Amino acid sequence: MTSDEHPVLSTHGLSIRFGGHVAVNNVSCEFRPGSLTAIVGPNGAGKTTYFNLMSGQLSPTSGSVRLYGEDVTRLGAPQRTKRGIGRAFQLTNLFPNLTVLENVRLTVQSRAGLGLNMTSMWSSHVELIEKAEHFLHAAALTDRRNELASALPHGDKRKLEIAILLALEPDIFMFDEPTAGMSVDEVPVVLDLIHHIKAQSDKTILLVEHKMDVVRSLADRIIVLHNGYLVADGDPDEVMASPIVQEAYLGTGMAEHV
Amino acid sequence: MIIKTLLSGDLPRSRILSAMLLAVLIGLILAPFVFPGARSLNVAATICVFVVLVASYDLLLGYTGVVSFAHTMFYGIGAYGVGLALNGMGPSWWAVFVGTSGALALSLVLALVIGLFSLRVKAIFYAMITLAVASAFAVLASQLSDFTGGEDGRTFRVPEMLQPGFRLLDTEILGRAIDGKLITYYLVFFSALALFLFMLRIVNSPFGRVLQAIRENDFRAEALGYRTVIYRTLANCLGALIATLAGVLMALWLRYVGPKTMLSFEVMTDILLIVVIGGMGTVYGAVIGSALFILAQNYLQVMMGKASVAMSGIPFLANLFHPDRWLLWLGVLFVLSVYFFPTGIVGRLRARALTRERP
Repeated sequence: MTSDEHPVLSTHGLSIRFGGHVAVNNVSCEFRPGSLTAIVGPNGAGKTTYFNLMSGQLSPTSGSVRLYGEDVTRLGAPQRTKRGIGRAFQLTNLFPNLTVLENVRLTVQSRAGLGLNMTSMWSSHVELIEKAEHFLHAAALTDRRNELASALPHGDKRKLEIAILLALEPDIFMFDEPTAGMSVDEVPVVLDLIHHIKAQSDKTILLVEHKMDVVRSLADRIIVLHNGYLVADGDPDEVMASPIVQEAYLGTGMAEHV
Repeated sequence: MIIKTLLSGDLPRSRILSAMLLAVLIGLILAPFVFPGARSLNVAATICVFVVLVASYDLLLGYTGVVSFAHTMFYGIGAYGVGLALNGMGPSWWAVFVGTSGALALSLVLALVIGLFSLRVKAIFYAMITLAVASAFAVLASQLSDFTGGEDGRTFRVPEMLQPGFRLLDTEILGRAIDGKLITYYLVFFSALALFLFMLRIVNSPFGRVLQAIRENDFRAEALGYRTVIYRTLANCLGALIATLAGVLMALWLRYVGPKTMLSFEVMTDILLIVVIGGMGTVYGAVIGSALFILAQNYLQVMMGKASVAMSGIPFLANLFHPDRWLLWLGVLFVLSVYFFPTGIVGRLRARALTRERP
């Protein structure tokens, strides 16, 4: 962790309440460029909710989110995406009746700011298509380009999620369990991609992940959420050894993953 | 190549569909010469107007996934705008211009207000709000009878060139006088054609692609950086403006405006049916759907009358096909077409072409 640099993204006393349930409770945390932070915790700990608050899918009950020091708490997801937050979803969240290529092309088109162009043909913007194909290639999906997203097997849907995230070309990559439900031989493709992003030192990566071997091989830092609270934050080995984490995991039957 | 550009790269993608579209196009171009008579020309003009009206609704329903019941209101605004302007200011092109631009401005403001107030809410609430506004507008149009002519509507005189008595040439061409009615028909036809091609371009533009993305998954479209409220509102405004122009064309053709033909809920249900029968999200569906629907609406009764006479020997069948029951049979036809072609005629034909390509 390069602590001398300013944080790219930070949350300050971030909380959200659903009725009587506080899903994320007073979480303050900073994320710095060039770091890969894994967010771990048992199911229902608030990891995905915390992600949703940062990427703008949810608005917090209290607290704030800052991006490059600017308060973005009141901005919606589109504006945050435009400012550099890129998000891949845990439950695949695609355009089901559009082709694989079109899913990515729409993403490239958003980046290019061409969405409001009504007078040209979409197919005349060849550079967008080529760029989309480049990201499909990176996610090993070139063969599937003309299939409908809904027709893909699960593993390929997850790869498409990642291709879309790559196509957003964000400064902050948010992966929500990118390898969940993937077959053993597909997992390395995804991990290689994440390694590749990490090698570009100016990118910030946030990763929600259950598989501890994945976390250990990738993370520079681990934060642990438990019942909506941030209970541990630090170096991976340190965090995994701390009693509070052991208890949090042991207490919910996650010990076998540690 | 020119055809590809005109159609914005969105070709029919089915041989049968291409043939049907070509048949409708040629039929409409030649209608005044091949199908003489006031009624058939009226049917042809109505098809032209409905292609525009239905395609503009498809922009909302089929492409953006927005359910609106206010489409006839915008159609009515266009018709009343030009009708009342011609009625009040006399038959001049200036009145047509004033009426059309006034109607477009009113439609734009209403579409913006409805859009910004209610496109943030859930789809069902949006549908309800448009229904309420459209009903209020229809009531208003029939209540302000001093101005709008109430339930009776208003007849008016159109600019001289469009009047039936006008003769452009002294000679006849192909046995038909080149009169004002003919000029009006081609005004309607070419305006409709231009508007249709314009809509085809919109849905195949980068903007149109975003609309489809919103229909598919608006949550994800937001996560990609598209502000869906802006896109929905724009689509709503475009749909409204084009429907307004369709209303203008219809009023110029009929030389009459009235709540029954322009604003009633029946027109709205007709639009909905045509979109579904033709095929949602295809634009071409509007052409096929409108042609079939308007033809059935106008000629089914006549055909059944003939069938009934032919079967007069068998009382039961003759009764079943009695011309008075044409609405029942129209209904049966709709139920069957929706049942067998859930993706509409165009969707079905394209799927067929696709399976033939890759067996």
